Amino acid sequence: MAIIEEAPDRPGPGAGAGSVAPHGSPGAAGTDAAPRDSTGRHLNSPLLLTMLLVLAVAAQGPLRRVLAAPVTQSWMTVFVAVVVQALPFLVLGVLLSAVIAVYVPPSFFARALPKRPALAVPAAGMAGVVLPGCECASVPVAGALVRRGVTPAAALAFLLSAPAINPIVLTATAVAFPGNPEMVLARFVASLLVACAMGWLWQRLGRGEWMRPPERPSHEGLGKGAAFWGSVRHDVMHAGGFLVVGAMAAATLKAVVPASWLNAAAGNPLIAILALAVLAVLLSICSEADAFVAASLTQFSLTSRLAFLVVGPMIDLKLFAMQTATFGRAFALRFAPATFALAILVSALIGTVLL
Amino acid sequence: MNRHAQTVVLLLTGGALLHAGSTDLYLRYVKAGLQPLLIGAGVVLTAAAVATLWYERQAARSRRDRHREPDEPGAGPDQQREPDAPGAGPERAAAGRHAHREPRVAWLLVLPLLALVLVAPPAAGSYTAMRTGSALQEQPWGYPKLPADGPLRLTVADYAGRAVYDQGRALAGRRIKVAGFLALDGHGAPYLVRMALNCCAADAQPVKIALTGELPPVLQPDSWIEVTGTYTPKRTKDPVNGTAVPYLSVASTRPVKAPQDPYDEAWNG
Repeated sequence: MAIIEEAPDRPGPGAGAGSVAPHGSPGAAGTDAAPRDSTGRHLNSPLLLTMLLVLAVAAQGPLRRVLAAPVTQSWMTVFVAVVVQALPFLVLGVLLSAVIAVYVPPSFFARALPKRPALAVPAAGMAGVVLPGCECASVPVAGALVRRGVTPAAALAFLLSAPAINPIVLTATAVAFPGNPEMVLARFVASLLVACAMGWLWQRLGRGEWMRPPERPSHEGLGKGAAFWGSVRHDVMHAGGFLVVGAMAAATLKAVVPASWLNAAAGNPLIAILALAVLAVLLSICSEADAFVAASLTQFSLTSRLAFLVVGPMIDLKLFAMQTATFGRAFALRFAPATFALAILVSALIGTVLL
Repeated sequence: MNRHAQTVVLLLTGGALLHAGSTDLYLRYVKAGLQPLLIGAGVVLTAAAVATLWYERQAARSRRDRHREPDEPGAGPDQQREPDAPGAGPERAAAGRHAHREPRVAWLLVLPLLALVLVAPPAAGSYTAMRTGSALQEQPWGYPKLPADGPLRLTVADYAGRAVYDQGRALAGRRIKVAGFLALDGHGAPYLVRMALNCCAADAQPVKIALTGELPPVLQPDSWIEVTGTYTPKRTKDPVNGTAVPYLSVASTRPVKAPQDPYDEAWNG
């Protein structure tokens, strides 16, 4: 689909030219890039839509047969169910995160944190409780925190803990695991532990040059109302799309993959933990919805599902992309694998103790 | 994905949630308790779409006003500005900054909407039921007394639980009516099934009763029927997870309408 920028009378830099600095002088960049882009590999939405419709009419017969097959029906049921069930929670989280992003000044967090970095890390980790949102919301907030002079170690602890230990996510977890309330506690403890450990690790080993200073957020200079709804829209668009990807993967897993495959992975406790940790990275489900997917993976042990819930909000494909965009590639390449390994280790430990 | 496309997707998503939440459609996918949240989310998403449009118009108007102001004092400076007016200056920079591009992955939000509105896939049925192990569990608080006379109307889970864990004590010698949908296993053996769910159709799990006795010649999977019959101590094992599945000896069957809520939500309290 064509991504045409706001410019009313001038084609902007297309989506293909994603590396064009978004905050620089888009007008100048646009005039250079536009002619080649708009005539070349660029499709615009109406054209694509028309082509899709023509294709749908042409392939009507086979399409109907495919849609009527039990596998497809079951796939679609699970797909729609995961999305429909997760959207209200996503919207709730997005609303609250917009309130905090717009009406609570970031300087408040800087003032509230202890001066000593070693103490600021757990404090910031705990502060994750007050950012009710999913991981997509916490990346920009962590960027803002760094910009406001919060020590990066503390901001990173916040980045990792906020998506996992806030009330919305914990409530969703409790709702998804009605028979296992200890899952909520285990998720809280394990996530907080990983977040603090990563913060201290960064303080010890991290180097300033790995972290590219984050760019300015897009809301500044707007009215409060505009910033609020802009934040809501932005979060729904970001998280919603990835939620759909996650729902597709979950539906495929549920409807197509034979139960015996997952059963085979579920049989060995160690492989089960690794399998679900990798699954969490690949599925990239929003932390407000992942508990429900975990709950449906009934053949897996609670500890391996805890690993799924701890790894998912901290590192997955879309988070890696967002961290690269916000903090730079040198940072993300070091930070992501360390987080992944530590999250698996801690959830295995906590799962053994608590579950 | 530009601002207008985002507005359309937001509006469609909100509309689809409102549509599903205000009809019985949502009951196919999620538990009944989620209805207020669904409607609330639909309202918020619609509001976000409207707000986006409104602020967009306001911003456009204020940009226009700011361009018009220098027109009035004199034509001199205006002439020089004209060629690059729409794109130059701080206004353009501001426009570029808040024209923050959303990822193309957001287009995927259209897929569940299309599936929901155009296809409206059915509730989890016989296909899922036969691939998932029976979720029959013993009730820790035992089984309450049944009415002494007349035919017994039981749910699938109630019959299966009493047959397996109560050894069918209260059931023996009674005429029993149970409603559910039909499912056939790989060998064509019929089961009466009801799905139970905790949250959404992704975690729906079946409770199964194997059927024997007087069955109609043609069995259509996923059709809802009410069977009338008697308890039999015969049992089998679910091939998927080895849970005990009781039999019911059928005397007669009749087609019934699918219930408003296709899932057994007794577990949700």
